Amino acid sequence: MTCHAGRDTLSPMSIKIVYRDEEFEVEPGMTIRSAVLKCGLLPEAVLPVVNGKLVTGDYIIQEADAIKLVSVISGG
Amino acid sequence: MKCRKCRQTAAVNMRHHRLALCAGHYITWIQEQTERFIKKYRMFGPDDRVLVAVSGGKDSLALWDVLDVLGYRADGLYIGLGIDGGVDYSNRSRAKVEAFVAERPHLKLTVVDVAEELGAPMPAAADLTNRGKEKPCSVCGMTRRHIMNRAAHDGGYDVLATGHNLDDEAATLLGNTLSWQVGYLARQYPVLPADAGGLARKVKPFFRFYERDTAAYTLVRGIDYMYDECPYSVDANSIYYKEILNRLETDRPGTKLQFFLRFLHAKETSRAFAQAQTDVTLNPCPSCGQPTANPAGPCTFCRTWEQVRERLVTQVGPTL
Repeated sequence: MTCHAGRDTLSPMSIKIVYRDEEFEVEPGMTIRSAVLKCGLLPEAVLPVVNGKLVTGDYIIQEADAIKLVSVISGG
Repeated sequence: MKCRKCRQTAAVNMRHHRLALCAGHYITWIQEQTERFIKKYRMFGPDDRVLVAVSGGKDSLALWDVLDVLGYRADGLYIGLGIDGGVDYSNRSRAKVEAFVAERPHLKLTVVDVAEELGAPMPAAADLTNRGKEKPCSVCGMTRRHIMNRAAHDGGYDVLATGHNLDDEAATLLGNTLSWQVGYLARQYPVLPADAGGLARKVKPFFRFYERDTAAYTLVRGIDYMYDECPYSVDANSIYYKEILNRLETDRPGTKLQFFLRFLHAKETSRAFAQAQTDVTLNPCPSCGQPTANPAGPCTFCRTWEQVRERLVTQVGPTL
């Protein structure tokens, strides 16, 4: 299971996760919550949007999913 | 995961409430809970005129939307700060607010442009002051509070509403507790009453929602908001504290909620910090008339902006 930034490293089976200006790759079959943690992010600080829809953390990542993580922290 | 109400696929899971809901039921839940806390804390009634401070971010736009849906008489106030930060920040924020209003033409929006009104955009003005040289946030916050209070007063509004969420409140509480700022702890509450000297009544109807909850509401409601943070908020203490609290929350769901609610409970039942609350005496500023803790002179806002105007004249001549 891999999870690191970089477009060039995407293997055929990997799914791309977009978070701000970063991209991570994960493999299908894992939950989105596990993927977020593997990417070193806090599930409490992001909202997962899969194929344009908000999903819960137990969503199982499918091949060809388009996944975006929306940061929820604001303020200053 | 299924929606507790209809057993359809859930869109949002609130681990701190052990509650998962589909998009439709989530929207209803947020609106009903907002109404519940407005009533429970007696924030305002259906006949009151509410001024909502909107920044273009998720919380304030979500709040304005919810108050509008609930039928409250809620107008908006946008303060143009003139922040560019390489991302055209203020212009893009304003565009989000105006797009929100364009979809709801019955809403009334007031825009105050700091540069037009006071003589300089926020970052440049702050840079001319002693307290804002390093970072403009302190001068910016003080200026925004002054403008919001004046707008509420001059517009005849009964109450000023802001989109502060539970993460904002918990982060503030953590910061003030770490440094034992007793005076700030005494004043932190979701409802601050109006003051005879001219302080507007202030309420935070979203204070029970996690930041994640308000962001989810804007997504499922299709409200387009400003995703980018203020360029000057990088390394802000509040964001650092939020990250720490989110680490706790990830391992122990409900930690943030309990942290803040038990603080409120302590204030309500044991009169914690009551002495510090009564120690603050406010006087009318001889320059602008707004209340100030300064007993014998102008308020911080007037002193700061007088300094800005003086230094602007020194820099570029008296034509500005």
